[in-house]
Amino acid sequence: MILRVLQGMVGLLLLMQASMASAVLTIEIVGAGENQIPIAIVPFGGDARVAQTINEVVTGDLRRSGLFRLVDPTGKSPHVPAEVSYPDWEVRGAEALAIGMVVAQGGRIEARFRLLDVVKQTELIGQAVSASENQIRAIGHRIADLIYEKLTGDKGVFSTRIAYVNRQGTKFSLIVADSDGHNEQVVLAQNEPIMSPAWSPDGSQLAYVSFETGHAVVYVQSLYSNQRRVLVNFRGSNSAPVWSPDGKQLAVVLTRDGSSQIYLVRSDGSDIRRITFSGAIDTEPNFSADGQYLLFTSDRGGSPQIYRMPVKGGSTERLTFGEGSNFSPRHSPDGKNFVFAHLRNGRFYIALQDFQTGQMSLLTEGGWEKKPSFAPNGKLILFASEGRGRGILATVSSDGRVKQHMFTQSGDAREPVWGPYP
Amino acid sequence: MKKLIIGVVLVNLLAACASEPKKEPVADVSAPAPVTKAEAEAPKVAPAAPAKAAVDPLNDPTSILAKRSVYYPFDVAVVQDEDKPVVQAHAKYLSEHSNRSVRLEGNCDERGSNEYNLGLGQRRADGVKKMLELGGASAGQLESVSYGEEKPKASGHDEASWSQNRRTDLNYAR
Repeated sequence: MILRVLQGMVGLLLLMQASMASAVLTIEIVGAGENQIPIAIVPFGGDARVAQTINEVVTGDLRRSGLFRLVDPTGKSPHVPAEVSYPDWEVRGAEALAIGMVVAQGGRIEARFRLLDVVKQTELIGQAVSASENQIRAIGHRIADLIYEKLTGDKGVFSTRIAYVNRQGTKFSLIVADSDGHNEQVVLAQNEPIMSPAWSPDGSQLAYVSFETGHAVVYVQSLYSNQRRVLVNFRGSNSAPVWSPDGKQLAVVLTRDGSSQIYLVRSDGSDIRRITFSGAIDTEPNFSADGQYLLFTSDRGGSPQIYRMPVKGGSTERLTFGEGSNFSPRHSPDGKNFVFAHLRNGRFYIALQDFQTGQMSLLTEGGWEKKPSFAPNGKLILFASEGRGRGILATVSSDGRVKQHMFTQSGDAREPVWGPYP
Repeated sequence: MKKLIIGVVLVNLLAACASEPKKEPVADVSAPAPVTKAEAEAPKVAPAAPAKAAVDPLNDPTSILAKRSVYYPFDVAVVQDEDKPVVQAHAKYLSEHSNRSVRLEGNCDERGSNEYNLGLGQRRADGVKKMLELGGASAGQLESVSYGEEKPKASGHDEASWSQNRRTDLNYAR
């Protein structure tokens, strides 16, 4: 890992470049949280190869969150509490210490780990995490989640998955991967475009738009059986699927009656009901967590802006004003804000707006930054960006302080969406 | 005779290409190989004018029907004045050739979300479809679809690329 320290406009800006051992992708992290928790993660004892992988995953996850400062454990390697000398860690500035052992047995890996409070000299967590031996990274993500939850009070999202589309020339693949971009699985590969993947609330299915029959059609595919079915296929374009929080219906956009309008449809494809009647382009519906409201993009006012309407019908409210146009709104999990793509002077920014105050803030510096979606804990936002001339995945913390870029091995990563808790 | 007509058409095409290098690529063009053959054979035949009626005007590279794309300003879906004669010519052709059908494929530049652009591309294709219907084509001959920003002709982040990507293509079924 190369660590460079740059002088930023406001204090120090840390730029870390981490090269992951599996070389699936490269991750760059910029910025740091306001109050980083200093933590030392000692590589676990036992099988060295397994322990090293787990260490990489745990440290990578915690570092990417921007909320932790990793204290170098070099020279000390306790694996059980009896081996811990707290003053060794106090002097290094660590407030928390993670230690543990890994045991491989009968095709399974078990990691017995402990999180210790260095200041109070107490044990915060003592837990065994196990998985089959091809799921070593999953163990690491689970441990990182446990540490994150204990020390920040928020639920961790390291064990969640993301979906995105990879484009290589004319070849398109729908990909599901771990939250750190590793462990990619190809859900669908073809030579026609794929757009707008959307997770079912239980994470078992993806809805998406495929052009394989020559026009945009919405499909739903099981991630377990890989079986899929057509959800809506009318003339023109069928697109922008999104599940209601109860999983019983989806909102979709159809042009069967003219311009792009929003419809509701049961998850089996029946009972299609039109709910917008603007004659403009109404698209990108997104349900509030309680299922009562939809945010959507519409150009009914002249330029594309964000609107909100009750799902059951009623008055529609315009939410974004001012310079530029706005796209792809998504509610935050706590319902207090929404995130969207803001286009101004030929640059796309990821922006956040508070429902109460109407205040908009830009979370990124701008470029080709599109299609934001919240992690299920609301602390991170995943979006499509660009780097080194390619489409890449990126995240920004919801306070805008920490950013990371994930470079996939080849092709353009597009249309990312963060999945639900497992 | 048939060979001669093809030869003349291809020679015309060559001339058109030589004089107007920026012209839109013409559909239904054969590989260049037969051109030399046709040219070699041409002098042997009496220089009678080929019967124009025998040529499907759709395959005539000098015809306005050779234009198969219309272009738009940013975030606009209305066919521009300069492209209206093109759409009107296709409408007339379709009304006179009820056995032909055409797919209208709307495309957009990348300045918008993929989904908004899918809607905008559909609006562009539907606008051309409507003009064709008004000009005499029947709905059964027409299908409008959108690719949004998913199939860009040019990939740069600049107006030179964007202007090529904001278009509706008229794709005739063979």
